Amino acid sequence: MTAIAEFTPRPRYRFLLDRAELLGPLFIAPAILYVLVLVALPFFLAIYYSISAFTIFDPSYRFVGAKNFFDVIQSEVFRRTLINTFIFTIGAQIIGLLLGKFAAMLLMQDFPGRGLARALVVLPWAVPVSLATLAWQWMFDSLYSVINWTLIAIGLVNAEHPPQWLGQQDLAMIAVTVVHAWRLFPFGVVIFIAGFTSVPKDVLDAATVDGAGFWRRNYQIILPIIAPIVVIALIFGTVFTFTDLSVVYLLTKGGPINATQVLGSLAFQVGILSGDVAHGAVICLFLFPFLLIAVVFMLRALRRREI
Amino acid sequence: MPRLAARLLREGSFYGAVVVLVTFAAFPFYWMLLTTFKSDGDLYNLKSNPYWFNAAPTLEHIRYLFEETLFVQWVWNTALIGLCVVAITLLVALPAGYSLARMPGRSAENLGIGIFLTYLVPPTLLFLPLSRVVTEFGLQDSLWSLVVVYPTFTIPFCTWLFMGFFKSVPREIEEAAIVDGCTIMGAFVKTVLPLSVPGILTVVIFAFTLTMQEFVYALTFISSSDEKPLTLGVATDLIRGDIFYWGELMGAALIASVPVAIAYNLFLDRFISGITGGAVR
Repeated sequence: MTAIAEFTPRPRYRFLLDRAELLGPLFIAPAILYVLVLVALPFFLAIYYSISAFTIFDPSYRFVGAKNFFDVIQSEVFRRTLINTFIFTIGAQIIGLLLGKFAAMLLMQDFPGRGLARALVVLPWAVPVSLATLAWQWMFDSLYSVINWTLIAIGLVNAEHPPQWLGQQDLAMIAVTVVHAWRLFPFGVVIFIAGFTSVPKDVLDAATVDGAGFWRRNYQIILPIIAPIVVIALIFGTVFTFTDLSVVYLLTKGGPINATQVLGSLAFQVGILSGDVAHGAVICLFLFPFLLIAVVFMLRALRRREI
Repeated sequence: MPRLAARLLREGSFYGAVVVLVTFAAFPFYWMLLTTFKSDGDLYNLKSNPYWFNAAPTLEHIRYLFEETLFVQWVWNTALIGLCVVAITLLVALPAGYSLARMPGRSAENLGIGIFLTYLVPPTLLFLPLSRVVTEFGLQDSLWSLVVVYPTFTIPFCTWLFMGFFKSVPREIEEAAIVDGCTIMGAFVKTVLPLSVPGILTVVIFAFTLTMQEFVYALTFISSSDEKPLTLGVATDLIRGDIFYWGELMGAALIASVPVAIAYNLFLDRFISGITGGAVR
């Protein structure tokens, strides 16, 4: 048998294209290389900057150890920023999740115009976040805010002193959280709908026959089945909000007086605008332990989905 | 009668909830649309009802946007960046996804998950060192820096999507081609690729929309107006000092949003299947 195979004439390169154990690694190498050079390398570069005195004005490397980390932790602004980041993330996730679940249950029903309603609800998540945030900035305008106009028209707010949505500390917090939740909830809707439709119909029928009511079906049958994808979506949502910089940058630039500053916007301000790359890198690296936790949860969720 | 009243109440509250929800989601877009076509006198008048036109609609903002700003240039920049990134992504992610789908054993699975997880690494963590890397390459303040950097998030996501697609292509088809005398490479090109056209199309759309949505890297790397992509140019250059050109801003946002919104709606199911790691098919 082997003798016959050896007699078939083949061009030389064919030999290369026919070996799975060679082609496999060759096919995947560019992807890994790209990720290593432009994700892993910059990450180590960030660590390198964080323990140096690197600024764009003085780009010479001087080792300063953990000094930058102490500087950052001791700064009042940074502590405020860290708390803000958690408030925005948790607030937006809770609102987004509840609203997403509620909206999904509505949009699962059959009614005329459902397709249009779904398409419109997905919009906030689909369009570029920077452009959508501009629309909100205009709606929160200090003088021509449509929200204030409406509140004044129905008599809820005094026309002399309308609320300054982006100019007052507490209101700016609310504004940023609402925009994050607004952007996030359609993602929740889509995930919940996808999850609900993946629950086998016979399981639900069996539960109904056994006497399970609406709440019981929802929380003891459907929720455990769709839990893994909800967790995956939640991790993505959390990571995207926690590390976001565009919403805050465009709405408030972190102000008023750092009231809405988040890790991303602070790092941008320190590292790029002020040129203090070392301290900026430290602020960025504070994202890392958090991301690590997200990765661990993600791995567990990915593994559970296979069972 | 009470039964009818109860039914009306139920239906009424249902539609009421749907209307409130859709309004919350879509109002900013209605607002963009309205602002785009309102004359300045109408926009900046506290007395008039902001929800509708109080003066004749105008195309002035659109005209200004196209003729007196760099808007057209930004559209071209975005298109150029998008096309280049899509090309790089396909070139790298297509073979990688195929290789991961066909590699035997657990190591392929782990490698795939490893690549997928890099999608979790946010721009915020990397923009500072990358801005230095870009400067070292001599690409600072050039849109080519974005062409180089954007694949860092499109490649992981698209490799993962491709892996899913290729797993659904039966292995027997390639084996038949190999028995007929094709090399492995030949079987891939002649049988698997034609079958994956829908998958490739999805990836093209998503790689493109992901690059269109990016803001952080563009903001960090580029400061010259004529090198900016659409999202950055609109958000930074249409504001002069403290003066916001709201009509132009909203018009630009609207024009840029429409194609992305349509693309997303069309390919939503595929995207969900990808982002949940294939848990939903």
